[in-house]
Amino acid sequence: MGADGRALLRLTDLTVDFASQEGMVHAVDRVSFQVAPGELVGLVGESGCGKSVTAGAIIGLTGMLPNVTMSGSVEFDGRDLLTLPEAEVRAIRGRQISMIFQDPITSLNPVLSIERLMTEGLELHLGLSHADAVKRSIALLDEVGIPKAASRIKDYPHQFSGGMRQRVMIAIALSCNPRLLLADEPTTALDVTIQAQILRLLKRLSREHEAAVIVITHDLGVVAGMCRRILVMYAGRIVESGPAKALFARPHHPYTVGLLKSVPRLDEPRRDTLQTISGLPPDLAHLPPGCAFAPRCFLATDECWQAEPELASTGDGRLSACFHSASLHEAAGVVA
Amino acid sequence: MTAAVASGDALVRVEDLRVHFPITSGVVFQRKVGAVYAVDGLTFDVRRGETLGLVGESGCGKSTTGRAILQLIRPTAGRVLYEGSDLADLRGRRLRKQRKRMQMIFQDPYASLNSRMTVGDIIGEPLLVHRMGGKAERKTRVRELLETVGINPNTLNRYPHEFSGGQRQRIGIARALAVEPNFIVCDEPISALDVSIRAQIINLLQQLQREFGLTYLFIAHDLSVVRHISDRVAVMYLGRIVELAENAVLYGEPMHPYTQALLSAVPIPDPEAEERRRPVVLTGDVPSPVEPPSGCHFHTRCPAAREGLCDAQDPPLREVRPGRWASCHLITETDYPRIRAGEDDLAVVAGSTEGGDGP
Repeated sequence: MGADGRALLRLTDLTVDFASQEGMVHAVDRVSFQVAPGELVGLVGESGCGKSVTAGAIIGLTGMLPNVTMSGSVEFDGRDLLTLPEAEVRAIRGRQISMIFQDPITSLNPVLSIERLMTEGLELHLGLSHADAVKRSIALLDEVGIPKAASRIKDYPHQFSGGMRQRVMIAIALSCNPRLLLADEPTTALDVTIQAQILRLLKRLSREHEAAVIVITHDLGVVAGMCRRILVMYAGRIVESGPAKALFARPHHPYTVGLLKSVPRLDEPRRDTLQTISGLPPDLAHLPPGCAFAPRCFLATDECWQAEPELASTGDGRLSACFHSASLHEAAGVVA
Repeated sequence: MTAAVASGDALVRVEDLRVHFPITSGVVFQRKVGAVYAVDGLTFDVRRGETLGLVGESGCGKSTTGRAILQLIRPTAGRVLYEGSDLADLRGRRLRKQRKRMQMIFQDPYASLNSRMTVGDIIGEPLLVHRMGGKAERKTRVRELLETVGINPNTLNRYPHEFSGGQRQRIGIARALAVEPNFIVCDEPISALDVSIRAQIINLLQQLQREFGLTYLFIAHDLSVVRHISDRVAVMYLGRIVELAENAVLYGEPMHPYTQALLSAVPIPDPEAEERRRPVVLTGDVPSPVEPPSGCHFHTRCPAAREGLCDAQDPPLREVRPGRWASCHLITETDYPRIRAGEDDLAVVAGSTEGGDGP
């Protein structure tokens, strides 16, 4: 997708700062990207890189936090969610944009039955009668693979297993036919065999409901089989983005190289030692002046310590924020 | 069977280990109304100097196994032999003396370090407990240990909250090393860490193993990491071992249907490779260990299960090929059930039970 007018979601220079005792924490720093209708996008990064704060800004949760300042814009269908009156945002949030959270145990209210949890949104957003909402809920539960949906709808969250609860959450998220689904670590709390089930389900449902999905995760494996386009975040910024196949085959940022090389792969021969990314994740309250990755980078030069590289095109619809993108592949070969 | 799984150079031998947690009812007079069959008859060896990987999904009993071996949880039945002596018989001072040889590295580096103690006191505590050295000697030893795990020794007066997750895990490793153990149970030592830090800790564990000749029981749910670090691998499902073999053998040609499904479900960080794969997606959830299924515990999810056999009889863990143990009725001398992905995401079984060995 290019910079055409068909973007469903367009973030422009989204910046989120939190005031803390240690000073300003730049959680998200000038993040810009677009999502086309029906597109599957992976937002990848480690804890503290700003991926969840970015998702929160899209759905309006980040703005509710204390000590937060936001700038830039989050345009959904051409309307900036950051400046839109709350009443209008409410008509979009939960209906046009919905979210699946990481932990299906804590994100479903334990004192409400599945029926209550499911019908609330349907009655509020779609104006269905309770009877119709129940009917539709049962159909949705059936669709996400909950056996005996008609009787289980009376149950409470604790009566379901982790994988089943995640299915319920997906059913709730899809209930109002959203056009954008944010999935924040949707399988991190689940076992491998259940993870495979849930990822397939998400992929199939996104196709059938024509919903765009942003999968937010730290696990490159999760997005590799699912997303067409990948965004990699580090220290609040997007450091690299591009089509999944090209990005995985030939990353243009040293951080992406490091991430890919530091995980052992089942389909490759075993190595004696794993290649590591040296050092520690950055302290967002005290970032170095130049590139935030420079202290851990095997390619860093004086330039990297002084100036911050902009996210710029490297061709083929790809972007990278690194002064050394062009020479990276050869250099990485030498290191490996 | 016990004799078969055992081998010449076992440092730790586990024989028919069982850990059942009682479920009770009533307030004052508690009656036992059931049990969680967390570990239900395990037999295996950990050989001197090797890393034995123990994998399985949550609730399969792998952590309980690790704790029961160290006698942190007393086994309900079975024996744990450390260099030939049964730990379950030992109490008090004699057990403590043996425990010096065995240590543990925990999953959560935030919860497993006492936040009110300095790093020096945390690492020095096992030395104090086991009366190793005087005050000055202990301090020297603590500094030495910090250096070994890659932390600046001058930080020994700091508190855990001043360190990052990866550094805390290094402190946990230094504490485990303090009493010079031979055997370390690593219980998910990297799951709580950031992706870019995991490789550092794995490399450190391997380096320490070479340096001090350590033996590891490496418990994890991440099959790629277990493949990287282990010499042999045991796969658990609902309190039992379903397959145990040399690393290359198990990953190269998994025979138990559960191992096959588990391996095919691991995502590979490469879109090209993912496109070529047809993962077997198991239907349903792991059943509750309170009421494990009859017969083979896996039969409720196994695409190859045979009625009247798998749901009726317990498959024993037997040596199905030289050096490879598995518990499955359907593995024969020449063949094994091969499951692969079908048209509609459903796992199906390759038809033949005759024919050549191996794919």
